Amino acid sequence: MAPTARQTTRPPVERIGPIEWLRENLFSTPFNAALSVIAMAIIYILVVPTFRWAFIDAVWAGDSRDACLAVNTGACWPFIENRIGQILYGFYDEAERWRANLTLFLLAAGILWLTMPGMRGKPLVAVLLLTVFPLIAYVLLTGGFGLEIVPTYRWGGLLLTLVIAVTGIVLSLPLGILLALGRRSDLPAVRIASVLFIEFWRGVPLVTVLFMASYMLPLFLPQGMSADKLLRALIAVALFNSAYMAEVVRGGLQAMPKGQTEAATALGLGYWQTHALIILPQALRLAIPNIVSTFIGIFKDTTLVSIIGFFDLLGMIQAGTSDAHWSTPSTAFTGYLFAGAIFWIFCFSMSRYSRHMERVLSAGERR
Amino acid sequence: MNAETAPHAVEIAGLSKWFKDFQVLKNIDLTVAHGERLVICGPSGSGKSTLIRCINGLELHQAGRVVVEGVELTDDIAQVEAVRRDVGMVFQQFNLFPHLSVLDNCTLAPMWVKKVPRAQAEKAAMEFLERVHIPEQASKFPGQLSGGQQQRVAIARALCMNPRIMLFDEPTSALDPEMIKEVLETMVELAETGMTMMVVTHEMGFARTVANRVAFMDHGEIVEIAPPEVFFNNPKSDRTKEFLAQIIH
Ligand SMILES: Nc1ncnc2c1ncn2[C@@H]1O[C@H](COP(=O)(O)OP(=O)(O)OP(=O)(O)O)[C@@H](O)[C@H]1O
Ligand SMILES: [Mg+2]
Repeated sequence: MAPTARQTTRPPVERIGPIEWLRENLFSTPFNAALSVIAMAIIYILVVPTFRWAFIDAVWAGDSRDACLAVNTGACWPFIENRIGQILYGFYDEAERWRANLTLFLLAAGILWLTMPGMRGKPLVAVLLLTVFPLIAYVLLTGGFGLEIVPTYRWGGLLLTLVIAVTGIVLSLPLGILLALGRRSDLPAVRIASVLFIEFWRGVPLVTVLFMASYMLPLFLPQGMSADKLLRALIAVALFNSAYMAEVVRGGLQAMPKGQTEAATALGLGYWQTHALIILPQALRLAIPNIVSTFIGIFKDTTLVSIIGFFDLLGMIQAGTSDAHWSTPSTAFTGYLFAGAIFWIFCFSMSRYSRHMERVLSAGERR
Repeated sequence: MNAETAPHAVEIAGLSKWFKDFQVLKNIDLTVAHGERLVICGPSGSGKSTLIRCINGLELHQAGRVVVEGVELTDDIAQVEAVRRDVGMVFQQFNLFPHLSVLDNCTLAPMWVKKVPRAQAEKAAMEFLERVHIPEQASKFPGQLSGGQQQRVAIARALCMNPRIMLFDEPTSALDPEMIKEVLETMVELAETGMTMMVVTHEMGFARTVANRVAFMDHGEIVEIAPPEVFFNNPKSDRTKEFLAQIIH
């Protein structure tokens, strides 16, 4: 079909200068103008000193607290530099840290492969990432097969944060989906079991769950039977978050019109086929913003493992700030700023990627 | 019993259904012959949808028998699924799968239910899309089509399973007038192939020209069932007359 002149006509493009942009967007009414001024003032008051403190007045070199003791100095970056090994790996033996690097490299490569547009073989990579990778990661990180054993109590820092967050995220989604389906099941036993499970975990704080998993569970287990403390914490985090995930997924399922199930059923598709091919792809897409919020929550909640004696990223930094060798007025702030920045990078990336996914998935099928 | 030797396409005897305490279907007897085209009409809430949804097990009945192509609908899920493979259904709201392209909407059930290889399923789907006159829309998504086009895709999607019976539940009620025609034409063409069809509709023109029999339902009962000439020109029941007077001005 040849495009007619009418179809190719575009709305006139309005070129506006920066002054006009300001007037239209920030100062369109007196009220908006007032809000804009107040907002800019707040940004100025907060950002400028922080920036000065973190970069301009900061100390960048040194090997002890003395470097950061001068009056009016900003952030004490040598502290971070000095501690970076522990911040990233905890007490993971220095000679073995390549194993952690390799694991994280494989994970990052897999995730990049899956998230970059236009890469081939995504289904295969996804399957490998969910099946083979956990085994490789387990052997690499814990040892065995000729590798020296590194007990889990030595793991820490960003490495530990990522181990907990990734297992929590990867396990909670499928478990949550099953629980959400269970809660809507026609079979009373399945439904009641799902409701009890979900409401139990949603009713207790994660801190309590972690305490129970690490200190009380061993008391109940029969003699001679013991599970690694980190493993117990991982299971606790996964079960706890799967309950929240179940409710998020259920929200998506409830938004699905009944006609979708009926059409699939009328075509002869069974329960699992209907859900796997028709209902879940749509319901999960609807739930993406909430699913990713839950992922971000899982990531941030990893910091709670410090109360059962693990040193995650934040715990490691906190431990460092109380080191007398580095105690200066700015050490703690520097540490928290650094921890905050790392958390922010991870969480913000997840959030941006979810927006991107929403756009890609909704392209072409909008009404 | 084998479908080839089944005496009737659909055989309903003593069918009753309740929603809680409310009886929607009251002791219905109805047989539909192979290749017959039955139109069902009646006021809103009379149980038309419920009746045809009992035929593919979307609603479960509590009393009576429903036998489709020789297979009785029972609690046995295998039996119900066998019936569903033989019965296609078209809904008022189209119910296309919005996350799948038109072609994928059509190939999904053949590939997953009948395990037809993709290439073969796509070839068959294109043939049916041609029959409903929209092969050029195959790669679009349902949301990009007009209502009439969507309903024709829904018809093609059902036909891709090679059903022996097609159920239509008010297929044109959600459409603008100019699109009703294109969907009805598609249904007339389908009728010409000899397909057994049960159509709930208020399109009396369609009933007159295409139906072998027209049934009038009211309050969960089939009040009157007759060939269109008799049904429209010489209805027996007062309720039918009243209903016809209302919809044919
Ligand atoms: N799932 C349900 N639960 C309870 N009552 C229902 C249910 N489905 C239908 N009904 C009731 O059963 C009666 C018959 O419904 P049905 O949908 O079969 O009517 P219909 O003849 O198709 O009407 P319409 O022309 O409005 O589509 C109605 O009174 C309706 O309110
Ligand atoms: Mg109806």
